[in-house]
Amino acid sequence: MELRSHIPGGPLEAKWDRHRSAIKLVNPANKLRHHILVVGSGLAGASAAASLAELGYRVSCFCFQDSARRAHSIAAQGGINAAKNYQNDGDSVFRLFYDTIKGGDFRAREANVYRLAEVSARIIDQCTAQGVPFAREYGGLLANRSFGGVQVSRTFYARGQTGQQLLLGAYQALSRQIGAGSVRMEPRAEMLDLVVIDGRARGIIVRDLVTGAVSAHAGDAVVLATGGYSNVYYLSTNAKGCNVTAIWRAHKRGATFANPCFTQIHPTCIPQTGPYQSKLTLMSESLRNDGRIWVPQKKGDTRPPDQIPEEERDYYLERLYPSYGNLAPRDIASRRAKEVCDEGRGVGPGGGGHGVYLDFRDAIARLGRGVIAERYGNLFEMYERITGEDPFRVPMRIYPAPHYTMGGLWVDYNLMTTIDGLYAIGEANFSDHGANRLGASALMQGLADGYFILPYTIGDYLAQAKPAKVDPEHPAFRQVQGEVGERVRRLLAASGRKTVDAFHRELGRVMWDKCGMSRNAAGLKQAMERIGALRDEFWKDVYVGGRGEDLNQSLEHAGRVADFLEFAELMCHDALHREESCGCHFREEYQTPEGEAKRDDERFGYVAAWEFTGAGKEPVLHKEPLAFEAVHLVQRSYK
Amino acid sequence: MRVTLHVWRQPGPGLAGVFVRYDVTDVSPDMSFLEMLDVLNQQLLARKDDPIAFDHDCREGICGACGMVINGRPHGPRRATTTCQLHMRSFPDGAELWIEPWRARAFPVIKDLVVDRGAFDRIVQAGGFITARTGSAPEANSVLVPKRDADRAMDAAACIGCGACVAACPNASAMLFVAAKVSHLGLLPQGQPERDTRVVGMVAQMDAEGFGACSNHGECMAACPKEISIDFIAQLNRDYWKAVARPKPQVARANGGDA
Repeated sequence: MELRSHIPGGPLEAKWDRHRSAIKLVNPANKLRHHILVVGSGLAGASAAASLAELGYRVSCFCFQDSARRAHSIAAQGGINAAKNYQNDGDSVFRLFYDTIKGGDFRAREANVYRLAEVSARIIDQCTAQGVPFAREYGGLLANRSFGGVQVSRTFYARGQTGQQLLLGAYQALSRQIGAGSVRMEPRAEMLDLVVIDGRARGIIVRDLVTGAVSAHAGDAVVLATGGYSNVYYLSTNAKGCNVTAIWRAHKRGATFANPCFTQIHPTCIPQTGPYQSKLTLMSESLRNDGRIWVPQKKGDTRPPDQIPEEERDYYLERLYPSYGNLAPRDIASRRAKEVCDEGRGVGPGGGGHGVYLDFRDAIARLGRGVIAERYGNLFEMYERITGEDPFRVPMRIYPAPHYTMGGLWVDYNLMTTIDGLYAIGEANFSDHGANRLGASALMQGLADGYFILPYTIGDYLAQAKPAKVDPEHPAFRQVQGEVGERVRRLLAASGRKTVDAFHRELGRVMWDKCGMSRNAAGLKQAMERIGALRDEFWKDVYVGGRGEDLNQSLEHAGRVADFLEFAELMCHDALHREESCGCHFREEYQTPEGEAKRDDERFGYVAAWEFTGAGKEPVLHKEPLAFEAVHLVQRSYK
Repeated sequence: MRVTLHVWRQPGPGLAGVFVRYDVTDVSPDMSFLEMLDVLNQQLLARKDDPIAFDHDCREGICGACGMVINGRPHGPRRATTTCQLHMRSFPDGAELWIEPWRARAFPVIKDLVVDRGAFDRIVQAGGFITARTGSAPEANSVLVPKRDADRAMDAAACIGCGACVAACPNASAMLFVAAKVSHLGLLPQGQPERDTRVVGMVAQMDAEGFGACSNHGECMAACPKEISIDFIAQLNRDYWKAVARPKPQVARANGGDA
C-alpha cells in the first residue's frame, strides 16, 4: 500500500484555490443519481449531510442517538476560532495556520492546516447567517475571546454553549433537507461494519437500536463523521455513547489508522469523586482567561484555600511560562498539573489529591462579580451542581481528563481514506491537529470539513470513479451482514460473570496508567500484554444479557467495548514505536532538562499510518513524511 | 445512604408496564442520579436480570437525551437541572422515589424509561430553521445585531429539546419547545424573511403530532432545565396571530425570464 496524500502543487496560499478550480464536477442533473451515506450527525456529519443535499445529492444520514441534535459536538463549550482579525490585533490566515501547526508540535500536514485557516472566516459567516446567536458587543458587532496557545483574540462564542449553538445551526440546516425529502435521517441506528466491493466503499451494515434489526445500506460513497475514541479510557469528557466502532471497522476493512496514540488530555476537568464515576466533566478552557491556576507550595497542605497566604501558593504555570502563563497549551498545562500532584502538592479532600485550584478571586476583585457571572455563569453553575461548591467563594478544583483524539483514520488532502470512496471528517480523521489540538479548533475543523471541503472533494471522486449501481442484495453485503449478525449472537451467547462495564473500566485504568498523560516503553509493553489478556477474558467471561431483537443497551456497549479492546493495543503499539515526545505524546525517556517534550524530527517527522493485516497479527507501519515549506521547525516555547 | 426506588418497567411499545421496587444501598451523596441507576443496573446484570433502559449520553446537561419523571417532577426536585446533573445529595437518606418515563401521547414509550421524541425533530423540520445555503452567507459583521437581541435570542436558543416541558404540562403541550425555537430565530435579523412561514409550519406540525394546547399553567417553565421563560410562549402567540392575519404574499411570477 502506498500513501498518496494528493497535496496539490504550487505555493501554500494557492493550493486550495487551484485545487478547487481543477477538480471534476458532477453534472447537476446527475447528482440525484448519487447516493451518499453519512454516518454521524455532529458538526462534521450534519454540516456535510446538509451541504451535500443542498448540492442535489441523495443523502442518508445515520446516528446512534435518538435525534441528530444530540451528537456530542453539542457539549463543546468555549468557542470556535476564525482568522477574522476583528480585534485588529494582528491576526491573519497565516497566523492561525502557524499557531495550529506549532500548537500541534509540527506533526500535522501543512497544506491541510493552511486550508483550515483559510476557510475559517467563512464558517463564522455561514453560522451567523443560520442564526447562531454568537456573543455580541454593545454596538452589535461580534465579540471575541482568547484561548490557550495563542496571543490574539480570535475565538467566537455563544456563552459557554458554543458547540450546542453551532450544532443546532447544522442540525437545523439538516432538518430543512430532511423536511424537503432530500436527506433520509436514521436515528437510533448504529453502523457496525463497512462493505467494500472491488476496493471501493459501497455501503454499511447498520443495527436498528430499537428493533435490533440488522440491515444493509448501499451507496456511492461513505462518509464517516463518527468522532473520537477518548472513551477507550472509560473516564473521559466524551458522551457515554462515543466509540471507535465505525472507524475501527473501517480500519479492519482496509483504511489505515493514523497516529492513534495522539490523544488530548484536557487540563480543566472536574476531578473524580468515587469509583462509581461514569464520566468526567470539562470546565471550559476559556476559564483560564480569568482564573489563575495554583497549588500550595507545601506537600500535603490540608488548609482550606483561603487560609493559604499568597506567598505560600505556587502559580506554577505563571512561574514556568511567564509569557503565556495560565494560557499555555493544553498538553503542557495538563502535564504540569500531573507533575505537581505527583509531587504530593495536589489539592482535594485530605490534601495531596488529584486536583489543582483554578481561582477566580483576583478576577472577581478586578472585574466584579457581575462580569465574571456574565462570562462564565453557566459554567460556575454546572460546577456547583456537580461538586456542591460555589466557585464564587471557593476556588474550583480541576484535574486533566481525556478529551479529544487527534489520531484517526488517515485521509488524503481530499479527506478520502485509503479505501476509495470512504471519507473521514471531523474528529474521526487525523488531519489537522498534529500531536496536540488548540482550544476552539475542533469546532472549526468539523465545520470546515463538512461545509466547505468535503462537498467539493467528494464530487471529484464521483465524477471520476462513476461508481456503478450496487444492490444491497449483492453477495458482499450478504457476507458482511452475516458476520455482523454472528458477532451479535456471539456476544449474547457469552454467559460469563463479568459485566461489560467492568471490562471497560479495567481497560480504561490500564490505558490511563500506561498510555495516558505520560508513557514509557516498559509500561506500554505491560499494557499491550494486559490488553491481550483482557480481550481473551472478555469473550470468555462477559455477560451481556437480554435479546438481540430488542432495545438492549448492554449489547450496544458490549460491541463498542469489544472494539476498544482491539483498538487499544494499536494505540499502545503506536505510542511505543514513536520514540520521541511531541505535543500530547510524552515519552518519559525523551524530554529536555526542563521537562518539555523533546521531538526527534529526523526520525519521527512523519505521520504513522497503520495497516490492519489480520486478527492477532502485527500491524504494518506506513509513513507519510511531513514536509514543511512555509514554517521553520522549532522547539515549542511558551515561556 | 440508601434509597427505595419504584421504577416503571415496560418491555416494549404498547405493552403494559408496571412499577418495580428496588432497594439500593451504598449510595454516595456525590453520585449523579444516573450513576445511582448505573450501580443498580450492574447489580441487576449480576443477578442476570434485565437492566433498566434509559436514555442518556453527554451526562453534562446539554445533549438533552436524559429525562425521567422523579416523584412526579420531570428531571427531579432541583431547579434548572437535568436528570444527569442531579446528584443524590439532593435527596434525604432513605428517600422513596417513583421513577417514570415522560408521559405524553406524542412521546410513545419504547422501553422502560425510554420514549420516542421524534415529534420534536419533525416540528423543526417543518420550519425551525433559517434557509442559508452553504456558501451564500454574507460577511458576518455586515449585519449588526443589538446585544440585547442577541442575548435574548440566546436565552431561547438554550433549549436542549429534552421534552421536560411536555412531561410537566397537564395537557402535554409542546408550546415552550416551539416557542423557544420560534423566538430564537425570530429575534434575529437573519430570521425575519421566514418568520411567518416558520411559526405557521411549526405550529401546524405540533398540532399534527398530537401535543395538547397551552392553558397557561406554567409548569413547563418550572420544569425546564434551561429555565426557558414562558414569555416566549406569548411571543409565539403574537407571531402566530400576526402571521395568519397577514395577507398571503403574492406568488412571484414564474416566467421571470432568462437573464
